[in-house]
Amino acid sequence: MRIGVITFPGSLDDRDAARAVSLAGAEPVALWHGDRALRGVDAVILPGGFSYGDYLRCGAIARFAPVMTELVTAARSGLPVLGICNGFQILCEAHLLPGALTRNSGLRFVTRDLRLRVENDQTAWTRAYRRGEQIVVPLKSGEGAYAADPATLADLEAAGQVVIRYASGNPNGSAAGIAGVCNAEGNVVGLMPHPEHAVDPLTGPSADGLRFFASALGAVLR
Amino acid sequence: MTGADTVARARVTPDQPQPYAELGLTAAEYAKITGTLGRRPTGAELALYSVMWSEHCSYKSSKVHLRQLADQAPASAALLAGIGHNAGVVDIGQGYAVTFKIESHNHPSYVEPHQGAATGVGGIVRDILAMGARPVAVMDALRFGPASAPDTGRVLPGVVSGISFYGNCLGLPNIGGELDFDPCYAGNPLVNALCVGVMRHGDLQVASATGPGNQVIVFGSTTGPDGVGGASVLASAAFGGSGETAKRPSVQVGDPFLEKLLVECCLELFAEGLVVGIQDLGAAGVACATTELAAAGTGGMRVRLDAVPLRDASLGPPEILMSESQERMMAVVEPARVGRFLEVCAKWEVRAAVIGEVTDGGRLVMTWRGDVVVDIPPGSAADGPVYRRPLARPAAQDTLAADDPAALPRPAGGAALRADLLALIGSPGLADKGWVTDQYDRYVRGDTVLAMPEDGGLLRVDDATGLGIALATDGNGRYCRLDPYLGTQLVLAEAYRNVAVTGARPLAVTNCLNFGSPEDPAVMWQFAEAVRGLADGCAALGVPVTGGNVSFYNQTGTVAIHPTPVVGVLGVHDDARRRLSIGFGTEGADLVLLGRTEAEFGGSAWAHVRHGHLGGRPPAPRLDAERRLAGLLAAACAGGLLAAAHDLSDGGLAVALAECCLRGGVGCQVRPPGDAFTWLFSESAARALVAVRPGAQAAFDDLRATQQVPGEVIGRVGGDSLVVEGSFAIPLAELAAVHTAALPALFG
Repeated sequence: MRIGVITFPGSLDDRDAARAVSLAGAEPVALWHGDRALRGVDAVILPGGFSYGDYLRCGAIARFAPVMTELVTAARSGLPVLGICNGFQILCEAHLLPGALTRNSGLRFVTRDLRLRVENDQTAWTRAYRRGEQIVVPLKSGEGAYAADPATLADLEAAGQVVIRYASGNPNGSAAGIAGVCNAEGNVVGLMPHPEHAVDPLTGPSADGLRFFASALGAVLR
Repeated sequence: MTGADTVARARVTPDQPQPYAELGLTAAEYAKITGTLGRRPTGAELALYSVMWSEHCSYKSSKVHLRQLADQAPASAALLAGIGHNAGVVDIGQGYAVTFKIESHNHPSYVEPHQGAATGVGGIVRDILAMGARPVAVMDALRFGPASAPDTGRVLPGVVSGISFYGNCLGLPNIGGELDFDPCYAGNPLVNALCVGVMRHGDLQVASATGPGNQVIVFGSTTGPDGVGGASVLASAAFGGSGETAKRPSVQVGDPFLEKLLVECCLELFAEGLVVGIQDLGAAGVACATTELAAAGTGGMRVRLDAVPLRDASLGPPEILMSESQERMMAVVEPARVGRFLEVCAKWEVRAAVIGEVTDGGRLVMTWRGDVVVDIPPGSAADGPVYRRPLARPAAQDTLAADDPAALPRPAGGAALRADLLALIGSPGLADKGWVTDQYDRYVRGDTVLAMPEDGGLLRVDDATGLGIALATDGNGRYCRLDPYLGTQLVLAEAYRNVAVTGARPLAVTNCLNFGSPEDPAVMWQFAEAVRGLADGCAALGVPVTGGNVSFYNQTGTVAIHPTPVVGVLGVHDDARRRLSIGFGTEGADLVLLGRTEAEFGGSAWAHVRHGHLGGRPPAPRLDAERRLAGLLAAACAGGLLAAAHDLSDGGLAVALAECCLRGGVGCQVRPPGDAFTWLFSESAARALVAVRPGAQAAFDDLRATQQVPGEVIGRVGGDSLVVEGSFAIPLAELAAVHTAALPALFG
């Protein structure tokens, strides 16, 4: 199984995402923002960082990168796609996911190990978890407050598209404590917290994040 | 620009008055330039000399003292490049080398806190990059005026947001540092940034322009008017009493996104072997890079200043030479490789321009639209003047030393000791730093094993073997004010100990020497004593200084800051998977206090927080004991004997116990001897607190005896309170509430 990790100018957690993919037992494949094809990968991760310096608006420039054309088509055909932090912002800008990420309510960058609750264990990236399970994963972002209009929020809740929720307080003012959402099909997931930083207790608060990557393995194999 | 002042014109207008004083040069220095050139300098040459001979770039007042650091450096097989390079390089084994350095950005951070601090990070990262290494982490040592002062409320949040903005966006984990407050830093905050980088042996790059015919390329950002004269105007003069708005244009503006591209671009250029020599553009910009590259190389260079890409077309030669626009590098490249060099730059969308070539003429010649505007021997600018400034031990030192803290009223009884501990851990300098550190990314790159609030930062370098590096920075203005020689040794010893308690072996030292005006003999005495203390201390500990930075003129009017050398120590960890944390986790582990405790309260946190007192003698450094303690900790860590380890420093055992309990979320019970106060709050050096794994006590005792480190079992880990038997108990929840409330209450 090969999972692509896209590097945009300003991507920072690409190396971490690739390491997490390896630890989960898959082969990471480096994809470049200027690539026009996805090199036959079975899934794609858009890693965290500050693509294009977050100029204009987080993710707003990256969505126009050449690699995104093919990615959007493939995602709409069911390719598992995970966006983490800046990757989540890009997926929202590309309209693969509903809503938007806005400035933290505290107006400061927040790095914190947080308890999260898994709300949907049926997506391509959460099948290795149990619904209601609590996990500890770091959050690190300045514009991580999830926002959407009331109708969209109601639809997301009704359709089970809220994938992950903050379980101990709301660190950034996200609507309904939402930390991650998916598309209607469940193959595209966006997360504000960073599961790739929770794959080894030596370098993270837990190894709870590893199963996001292991989930993709199962999603493709089944 | 028409009418640039050319060499030809300078020859025929010898008497034209020049603004050398406004540029910070003395009449004697101006005369020296005229003598060297045999004519008056052009406007461009004057600009070049003024920034190169500024205190910040030339080290003209500090050089005669700093020589001791190299001359007395203990022999170290690990040292691959020492003082004099952009940064020192240390061999850590398994084919890896590490380079690290700490640098000040004090003055810009006061004038414009956010950008000043941000570009401080950017500058030190490029220093590390220029050595050929991939930057892998940063740390920051920050000192501000009183925490409750309105101006601290302006400066601190801006500094922290600047570091957060630049470092996070660059993708470098921030793994530690310091935060302290003292009235002496009001108006002169200290913002010292450290960067560490890792490379393979053989990746080392040099900062020299060799090979006549090789091309000189400037790449990265365009050159603008920002930071013109930053080195001479800001960093080399004391602030006056009036408003500082006039200096605002001297602060540079940072673009971390461009720096990230520049880092990746450079590493790819290095990997393809496209670079003969490289230098970052920091203080004094193009002036510094060209003169230093030429002086260190074949000796000559021809530069077309009009080929430097500008973001402001109105700039002329003097401004281009002095500009401190950020995110720029200069490389020397063989002609046949220029094409490929430019391709790599294009891939990373980094602008690059060939601006000149190396010559064998021994002259640095710069032209502007065909006219020669600079023609100098580069060594004359790169080396600069050397001053042996007068120094005098101020008489007030004796008064200060006589003011012994033994006379201070001490807490009597358990309730008073309890109140003192809570006051200390709730004081701004010792409180939980989460308000600051939560704004930094400590996780990026996935190799952070320890970060604040641990004693030292620890990074994994090799996934397979667990090889790692530990880093700590320490400073203590109060100790150094009482005795700069002993104080600097205490600071060095603390950083050394902070590395040792992670289980790493200390290897090398960097330093950032923050002082007042070198023109004040009292300050110069402090400086000389501090450097002498550092040189002697490094020799005693067996760790060489690999590089550093001096920041003078940290004073307003005639009032200088406390002498504040900040020392960074780098260590190697043979297996980062065995790292020691400060957190108590293992219930039932025996607590052992290592080292000897005397009643030493001069400059202590207790005297400062409880009595606002600074006087007496600082604690005695015990460098032999530090060495043995470090040896014991490394061996005990390798043997898996310890569950936790924490160095004892500010606030002594009491604060250490509180921090260990809070970090691990588990309490402890300890038994004080007769004098609980001294035992809890003294700051005697060469001490650490360790939690020994159940069952490992005998093995640890044997090791301790072998290493000749005194120690005694003082209690054990367990419960949900910090209990000092027969004296007081504090529930962890209360301890945590006091510890975490202080900074949010001050800064929102």
